[in-house]
Amino acid sequence: MSATATIVAESPRRLAVGEPALVRRLLIGIALGFLALFVFVPVAVVFAYALEKGFEAYVQALVDADALAAVKLTVITALIAVPLNTLFGLAASWAIAKFDFFGKQLLITLIDLPLTVSPVISGLVFILAFGARGLFGPWLQAHDVKIVFALPGIVLATVFVTFPFVARELIPLMQSQGKDEEEAARSLGASGWQIFRRVTLPKIRWGLLYGMILLNARAMGEFGAVSVVSGHIRGLTNTIPLHVEILYNEYQFAAAFAVASLLVLLAFVTIGVKHLVERRYRSRSPDHGPAPGGAKS
Amino acid sequence: MRLQRRSSLPGFGITMGFTLAYLGLIVLAPICLLVLKSTSLTWEQFWQTVTAPRALASYRLSLGASFAGAAINVVFGFLVAWVLVRYEFPGKRIVDALVDIPFALPTAVAGIALTTAYAPTGWIGRALDPLGIHVAFTPLGVTVALAFIGLPFVVRTVQPVLSDLEPEFEEAAASLGAGRRQTFLRVILPTVFPALVTGFALAFARAIGEYGSVVFISGNMPMKTEITPLVIVTKLEQYDYAGAAAIAVVMLVVSFALLVCIQALHSWTRRRQGAA
Repeated sequence: MSATATIVAESPRRLAVGEPALVRRLLIGIALGFLALFVFVPVAVVFAYALEKGFEAYVQALVDADALAAVKLTVITALIAVPLNTLFGLAASWAIAKFDFFGKQLLITLIDLPLTVSPVISGLVFILAFGARGLFGPWLQAHDVKIVFALPGIVLATVFVTFPFVARELIPLMQSQGKDEEEAARSLGASGWQIFRRVTLPKIRWGLLYGMILLNARAMGEFGAVSVVSGHIRGLTNTIPLHVEILYNEYQFAAAFAVASLLVLLAFVTIGVKHLVERRYRSRSPDHGPAPGGAKS
Repeated sequence: MRLQRRSSLPGFGITMGFTLAYLGLIVLAPICLLVLKSTSLTWEQFWQTVTAPRALASYRLSLGASFAGAAINVVFGFLVAWVLVRYEFPGKRIVDALVDIPFALPTAVAGIALTTAYAPTGWIGRALDPLGIHVAFTPLGVTVALAFIGLPFVVRTVQPVLSDLEPEFEEAAASLGAGRRQTFLRVILPTVFPALVTGFALAFARAIGEYGSVVFISGNMPMKTEITPLVIVTKLEQYDYAGAAAIAVVMLVVSFALLVCIQALHSWTRRRQGAA
């Protein structure tokens, strides 16, 4: 202990807790340079190439019949996948956060499973089930029901891929909030639905919104899984990302990037909402912020 | 046996029932079917499929490039997180927001954008090509795409840990005579280490299965730049369902092992933070 005191006494130099300005600038420069190479330039490329042939051509690529069909299919898919997985997320987080039961950790792991599975496998499983040579293939053909290479297959693959998005935002949020307020409401005679609507929902609404926005972004942008089940029928089973792929492979770069720019704008909106939600939680109560970066998924 | 301990709140039966039914129908049943399909092969056929030279080459590329990409992110992701937490500079908030781009941007868009930027005629490729560095359509391109995909996982895991790091510890270290380098190695790095490992594992796990951002930049040459998910797609296009399922089962086992590792890492990080 006395040795410590001696050292302090003998070294009157400035406490080294920050870096010199030069080092600081150098580190900022390297970090920004890295981000430029890997993130900024690729994003800029999308807009530069999209507008390469002028604004007229840009708009033309967006109102092209096949592009509009792709937008329509993507919106329909999201309109089905988002409510379904939101409902699941609410149910799962209620059961997991408000009750104790055997096997809870396993259940949480299984809910996360679709995130670790390759998108290609997410599509493959539905081909194995409903494809022409799949388990139910012959039966479906006999009854003239199309699932794979049609809307139902695209929806199924999307639902699979986006399965945990709302649940994994809400489970930690609701667990951190506890259930005292809900129990108080119960003791005052509120019904389950009333408790959920009046007590729980107001507490989780920003986390819910964030989960839904992430879910929507992934549903509209999913490529691998949908590509496997779609069959790439132009104007019929092409979502926006698949349409981008086709245009790109046909060397229609300006059109491909024009359509792609829609998805970049969607990504910007998603990020904007994320930061809005994070600020909400931080200003209310620092402890209840959503897990930093849904990026953990 | 009572599944649930007493709780005064209602709704356990219906929410749990729906959760299990939906999980079973959408996720578990299809995955069981996949495993079942791979068993339609004899053990020998299965082994031959998953150890075919083309499959082995794809594992090497997928694992190697994912590892390299995640390693790049550990170094530069840490630096980005450090700069965002510790320093002030103009446009910092926008830079912070843009770190999420790889996460929010659809993979196909990332794929064509990276390919166009790194192609020999592209904005970045044009500068690298004369130096003899060829990125697009080489394993290096696969690594670049996977580094892109993994970046937010490392930054967003490390960032909160760095923010929580009290300057008092560093001041104490400095007052005890530690130089900045020593403080970094002995105080800062050990605190951030669990988060770095977790970030690495998350980025690695995501990279293993990644498809959209890779298929454009890789060029997809069998034995050279073909990732494992693409091998599955190729088998599927040849109607070799059982073969595709067999390779998928191998990937599934790897993914599941990584998922278990990541959860163990999370609880390790939480314990470490709780102890600090």
